Amino acid sequence: MSRIGVLVCHCGENIGRTVDCAKVASALGELPGVAHAADYKYMCSDPGQLLIRQAIAEKKLDGVVVAACSPRMHEKTFRRACASAGMNAFLCEMANIREHCSWIHENREDATEKAIALARAIVEKVKRNQPLSPIRIPIERRALVIGGGIAGIQAALDIADGGREVVLVEKEPSIGGHMSQLSETFPTLDCSQCILTPRMVEAYQHPGIKLLAYSEVESVSGYIGNFEVKIRRKARSVDETRCNGCGECQKACPNKKIPSEFEQGLGKRTAIYVPFPQAVPNIPVIDRAHCAFFRGRAKGLKKDACSKCKEACGRQAVDFDQQDTFTTVKVGAVVVATGYQLYSIAKEQPNDKLKGYGEYGYGTIPDVIDGLQFERLASASGPTGGKILRPSDGKEPKKIVFLQCIGSRDPAKGIAYCSKVCCMYVAKHTMLYRHKVHDGQAYVFYMDVRAAGKGYEEFARRAVEEEGAIYLRGRVSKLERAGEAIKVYGFDTLSGQPLVIDADMVVLATAMRPQPGIEALAQKLSVSYDAHGFINEAHPKLRPVETNTAGVFVAGACQAPRDIPDSVAMASGTASKVLGLFSNEELERDPTVAVVDETGCAGCFHCERVCPYGAVERKEIKDRKGVLLKVVASVNKGVCQGCGTCQATCPSKNVELQGFTDEQMFAAISAL
Amino acid sequence: MSEAGSSHVDSSLAGELRRATGLNVAACYQCGKCSAGCPMATEMPLAPHQMLRLAQLDAWEKLLSDPSPWLCLTCETCTARCPNEVDPARLIDGLREIVFKRDPAAAPLRLRAFHQAFLHQIRSHGRVFEVGLIVGYKGRTGALFDDVLNAPAVLRRGKLALSPSNIEGREEVRRIFEACQRTAARKEARP
Amino acid sequence: MKLGYFPGCSLHSTAKEFDLSLKAVAGPLGVELEEIRDWSCCGSSSAHATDHLLSVALAARNLSLAEEQGLSQVMAPCAACFSRLATARHELAHDEAQARLVRPMLARPFKNAVEVQNVVALLQGLAGRIKATAKPLTGLRVACYYGCLLVRPPAIARFDDPEDPTSMEQVVAATGATAVKWSRRLDCCGAGFSLSRVGSVVRLGRAILEDAKASGAQAVVVACPMCHSNLDLRQSAMEARGASLGLPILFLTQLVGLALELPPASLGFERHFVSAAGLLRAIAAPAALQLPAPRG
Repeated sequence: MSRIGVLVCHCGENIGRTVDCAKVASALGELPGVAHAADYKYMCSDPGQLLIRQAIAEKKLDGVVVAACSPRMHEKTFRRACASAGMNAFLCEMANIREHCSWIHENREDATEKAIALARAIVEKVKRNQPLSPIRIPIERRALVIGGGIAGIQAALDIADGGREVVLVEKEPSIGGHMSQLSETFPTLDCSQCILTPRMVEAYQHPGIKLLAYSEVESVSGYIGNFEVKIRRKARSVDETRCNGCGECQKACPNKKIPSEFEQGLGKRTAIYVPFPQAVPNIPVIDRAHCAFFRGRAKGLKKDACSKCKEACGRQAVDFDQQDTFTTVKVGAVVVATGYQLYSIAKEQPNDKLKGYGEYGYGTIPDVIDGLQFERLASASGPTGGKILRPSDGKEPKKIVFLQCIGSRDPAKGIAYCSKVCCMYVAKHTMLYRHKVHDGQAYVFYMDVRAAGKGYEEFARRAVEEEGAIYLRGRVSKLERAGEAIKVYGFDTLSGQPLVIDADMVVLATAMRPQPGIEALAQKLSVSYDAHGFINEAHPKLRPVETNTAGVFVAGACQAPRDIPDSVAMASGTASKVLGLFSNEELERDPTVAVVDETGCAGCFHCERVCPYGAVERKEIKDRKGVLLKVVASVNKGVCQGCGTCQATCPSKNVELQGFTDEQMFAAISAL
Repeated sequence: MSEAGSSHVDSSLAGELRRATGLNVAACYQCGKCSAGCPMATEMPLAPHQMLRLAQLDAWEKLLSDPSPWLCLTCETCTARCPNEVDPARLIDGLREIVFKRDPAAAPLRLRAFHQAFLHQIRSHGRVFEVGLIVGYKGRTGALFDDVLNAPAVLRRGKLALSPSNIEGREEVRRIFEACQRTAARKEARP
Repeated sequence: MKLGYFPGCSLHSTAKEFDLSLKAVAGPLGVELEEIRDWSCCGSSSAHATDHLLSVALAARNLSLAEEQGLSQVMAPCAACFSRLATARHELAHDEAQARLVRPMLARPFKNAVEVQNVVALLQGLAGRIKATAKPLTGLRVACYYGCLLVRPPAIARFDDPEDPTSMEQVVAATGATAVKWSRRLDCCGAGFSLSRVGSVVRLGRAILEDAKASGAQAVVVACPMCHSNLDLRQSAMEARGASLGLPILFLTQLVGLALELPPASLGFERHFVSAAGLLRAIAAPAALQLPAPRG
């Protein structure tokens, strides 16, 4: 005969106001098999937990049911309490009489009856619980970081400094991300590359970090502690082992007119190129789509159209025949840090949820640029040597109008969220402009100024109070080309007047979006993402750097728009999670996983088909002579998440979740 | 201010607007884009976003006595550009509707006169008969036409019919007018 | 192709030339227009300004008449009529409560199955036929003026890009004329304030026409009778206040008619306030056409 202990929690007023907890306890105490029943104000508190331990000892309990809040809140708490009293943790369960009862009903009598029923169901289940032990699986204590921007670099450095190996994968030819394109960063106006490049070099030279630049994740299999990742090393057409970064090939390349991605289209590069002088690794890449040699080959020319780079190279490093290669790494944890891209106001959009800004010309009006383009103009190593000049005619603009919230906070265009960083970088831009063009006037059209970080508000005020930026509260209705100028039709809602400004240049603070291809990458990793493509965190408040997929962590702007300090902090957060995971040789997992009864399994593999996690494997059963008898399903304890889909699907009822067998569940249901 | 499932009827201006238009004026976050593109903003004492703001603040007196809603051209530029899909043009339609039903005298004289003359034409003939409209308008305003309208020139170009043509379905049109009046009166009696 | 035709109050009077030119080009383009029998006011202007339900009900009457006549599509050349009919169609399809109020007001059953189209969409669809049949109006530079209700509100008009439309330019291209690039194509002309607030109309119209002229246009092409009236009839008032314009305002159907070599008299040109005589002479004798250089 069972000896179950039932503890009913008041949860202060949360449960106690609606459910008569004393009555529930006394009703449960009448049930056969219940050896102890009591109620208490706060079961999760220390005194509450002490009650559990005392009851186990005094009444020799062989199972505990705590009727209280959701198990998601305190199941671990109560299980720990039971374990410390010497009872197997999995003989303790919770009946949810708060979220499932007191919080959703008003009538006290009905709610109390329901609470009794719910607790009774769990009691019947626990009578059939078996003691379970946590599952231990080995861990490969190496991490993969996807994305070599500031967040990825920080995560890689922290994990490597913590003594673990890191593979850092970056799809561009160089690491550094968007931070390498910025001129100065707020609120200190530090030179962005000056503070970034030491980190880039450190990551490159760190003995614990293997940098795979110009590479992408091809496929991922496995589970926490045991991922297998296939990485595509894209062909640079340059032998990395021979190249010494001398740059002669770039000097020799005849095609110098290709719009540079790093310069956001404002400058040019060659076909064989390094994206920027401080690139890490400083090894060029041939852009085969624009290279004369490769275009000739594609046309089927017999004679090589050009090989000037190869001729100029003193180390025979140019290799036109180089192909993409693949490498496979085994890692125990993955950090996703792929960063952001900017929304574009063009008519053509990457998906049909987004719209462009026809009222601002869809991007066809000259000298209407975005924030990253302004950064390149302001940057000393940029296409204009740090001078603010109009891209159309090279003249110095005397009036620049900055528009905030382009795409952001604009549900009509498909983006309702705020991109967080734009108010700050626009204030910064007005200051950079004033520093470089002393007689220039900056106008900022804004809806709000969001300056919540440390020193941010003071910085934003400085733009207005000391640097002379004119802030106008109102969204602009239209931009029009008017001769050489751009007519800006706005309204200052604070003074209540419409105004039209003839601007020499307009800078749009466009929304931050995740990188293209994020959905495909997330699907490879089995992590979820939201409607905009941002990677979903496990819990928005309390688990911001984890995803719902065990072993995959997330850092930086790929999860939500975010500035540099927050990205760095988040990256360090993922590193601490990874190092924590790696601090044990083995990983302990919840034993509530599915187990196949191999004697009964018919090998139909419906379970394999429906398992969302790919946890079902095929196992051959052989006799002693090695003759194959049958192939049965087998659940990988490391991957199984305990969802129970296989159990519901199996036609012969031969796979069950430990702790949630059919017998247990039917007993619970019958007791309702 | 949801009314669904509760017995409390929202008698605020925002509630009235929601009943008249189905729209939620609280969605307006005062960005001013509507006013920035409004062709009549320079002539309106209250720009479109200010009208919506006063509606949010339940400022009946101020709004309903102001000529600004009547100066709206319903060019729909605001609605086409509003980032939060508030549909300011329709809300301003709603404001006018509320005023015209409660107290037509609150609308500016010439506009009110025009609307009444125009509606009288439709109700009587089914279509607008321009000369009748002009006469009705002049009669209501007691003021001379703008001197730019050159009636003989218009007549010479065959652009004005001198006598009205009544449609066959005049009765039906008149009944539509009456039915709408009755519906409005029912809404008024049940605030 | 057979289309229901809703002329609206202005096409039988102040915008008679729109009606004339539309009927003149319909034949050569293979369009059969069947006027809605006993149509009444579409509910725009004052009804729309004061009583939403009335404006929907009045429009619905015309849709129900079209249905009764067995028409599946109605074309309303006036942009305001088009907007009201399309609004009624949209709202009655989505708002059950409103549909329940309106149906009993009508004297016949009403399924709300009639599609509503505007004249620019019609001509855009016929651009190929126009191009094939036209004697190109080479060298003629026109400014396409959309106004408001052809493209806005986007949810009702559902026609062309509300910020960057190209449908009229496509029709103009089919006639062989050149459409200039200019900024004021979507700005409101002053709409229904033509009688009650002329000052606004003059101000708005002047800004539109000055931009058209500065962009090198010899004429402005419109597809709405209110726009035509505000820009044509009121042009002298703009000039009285110092503007130098002299821009004939053409209905799109008149331009198409010229390209199809129909006699100008059949297209109603003599009814304009701002004479298009100079333009017509130039078209007739293209060799003598001296075009002003476009500015801006």
